[in-house]
Amino acid sequence: MDPDVSAAGAAPAAPAAVPSRPAAWVKGHLGLLPFLAYTAIFLGAPVVMVVIGAFQDNDGVFTTDNITAAFSDQFGKSFLTSIELSAVTAVIGAVLGAILAQAVLGTKRDGVVRKVVSSASGVLANFGGVPLAFAFIATLGSIGIVTKALAALGLDIYAGGFSLFAFTGIAIVYIYFQIPLMVIVFTPSLEGMREQWREAAENLGATRWQYWRHIAGPVLLPPFMASLLLLFANAFSAYATAYALTSGVVPLVPIQIGSLVSGNVVADQQNLGKALGLGMIVVVAIVMAIYNWMQRRTSRWLG
Amino acid sequence: MTKRERPYGRWLVLVLFGIYFAVPMLASVEFSLRDVNNTHSLVSWKKLLDEPGLFETLSTSLWVAFGTVALTLILMVPTVSWVHLRRPRLRKLVEGISLLPLVIPPIVLVNGVLVVFRDVPEVISGTPVILVLEYVILALPFTYRALDAGLTAIALPTLVEAARSLGASWPAVLLRVVVPNIRSAVFGAAFLNLALVMGEYTLASILLMDTFPVWTVSTGQSEAGVSVAVSLLSLLVVFLLLFVLSMVTGRRSRDAAAPIAPTPSRGRS
Repeated sequence: MDPDVSAAGAAPAAPAAVPSRPAAWVKGHLGLLPFLAYTAIFLGAPVVMVVIGAFQDNDGVFTTDNITAAFSDQFGKSFLTSIELSAVTAVIGAVLGAILAQAVLGTKRDGVVRKVVSSASGVLANFGGVPLAFAFIATLGSIGIVTKALAALGLDIYAGGFSLFAFTGIAIVYIYFQIPLMVIVFTPSLEGMREQWREAAENLGATRWQYWRHIAGPVLLPPFMASLLLLFANAFSAYATAYALTSGVVPLVPIQIGSLVSGNVVADQQNLGKALGLGMIVVVAIVMAIYNWMQRRTSRWLG
Repeated sequence: MTKRERPYGRWLVLVLFGIYFAVPMLASVEFSLRDVNNTHSLVSWKKLLDEPGLFETLSTSLWVAFGTVALTLILMVPTVSWVHLRRPRLRKLVEGISLLPLVIPPIVLVNGVLVVFRDVPEVISGTPVILVLEYVILALPFTYRALDAGLTAIALPTLVEAARSLGASWPAVLLRVVVPNIRSAVFGAAFLNLALVMGEYTLASILLMDTFPVWTVSTGQSEAGVSVAVSLLSLLVVFLLLFVLSMVTGRRSRDAAAPIAPTPSRGRS
């Protein structure tokens, strides 16, 4: 008792702070509590249940059978199809989107063109899904207007093996929302390019090609790759468009999960769906980790 | 801009992209006007109004949308403001959690939702309430970025100190000082929530909720013309709302990031 009193008397602040520190910490972080609780219940818990379920059989016993099944045969193949579809649409979408973004930046800053493009991009990239599927059924479906126009010109694309409801068709629809997404995510990087860099290069006698090859290209490469990865993750996660187009027959991972969850295939394979889901999370997490690393490199020049 | 710029090339690019993006929209117009035997009429649009379920599902979606917007703002405006004011070091944590939904595909999230909320009262799991609760999560990345950009752009500590020293309570500070100053960010976040909810299909269909997008797809299986018409209409409505929003926010100084951009845009300054 005695040492306690003397210590408290000598340095009142330090010992007094010790016992109340946890309480003070909680009090100091109270403002974060609703947010943390909410995300834990409605985001954390479902994800944890998917991860646990992926390693359980129907009786709750630990097993790795679901994981094995998720990466073999038809399901393994669906991962490859999904990755191929996402990669193809991400690359094409990124290249075309970058060209469009650059062209739009040349227009007047608060002009109508910019506003139309940015609004249309917002709609198509974020809201697309179901409505776009129907727009394309009207365009390139078996009785769509472009299909009929091409047939009138003697080019019957459906006789030539094309189908809007298979890989190529889905890719075309995906690219339609990948380009606007690229415009949204890549425009800030293009805006960060300093006019002085171009002027400096020109003053030093650089040609237009040399400017792009040695200055703009290297600076823009990391944000370009980062945007491309975001597009990949976007296509990889997409469910609505493919489902609305194909009614769930095309072998993409999200579609497979959807039919497993709704019990369309076999009733007792719920946990296989969770194993596929875990596989998707892993793929997207790897992609987003590289994205983050790229973003950090980006901010060195364009921050 | 220098003399060497070639505006013709730029306009050619813009026109080509314009045609590319216009074709499916015009095709939808044509498709929705089709009648039998290669004639055109307004029959699909008339049918649309008589189609069972349109107004019910539309009103369900609107209620879910308003619920999501309200809950998102109630949860996120105080959280993000608090982090900005009191614990700037925790910004990374809140940002990280807010961006997590980007890593979790909705089809996977819904899988877990089915398990977690299997045994909760029917009022929550069997009604669109569960959609509201989960859509707040789906919208977190956009919401966080919009609010964070808005709060970064204003002198938050100064404003709050001024309000506090004049005797304002914390709720009053939030509602009458912070929110009005970031209103375009709040507006942008609210709008993105609205657009997300009006178009969300994955969760709603797996959870067997009759929302507007679910109705569009199921109707499309029997009445393609009607679904094309309603799709076109919904795209146009969302586009017009966004366009008006960009006109309104564009006139004010660029205090917040472009509301539709998932990443905060960085100005040239």
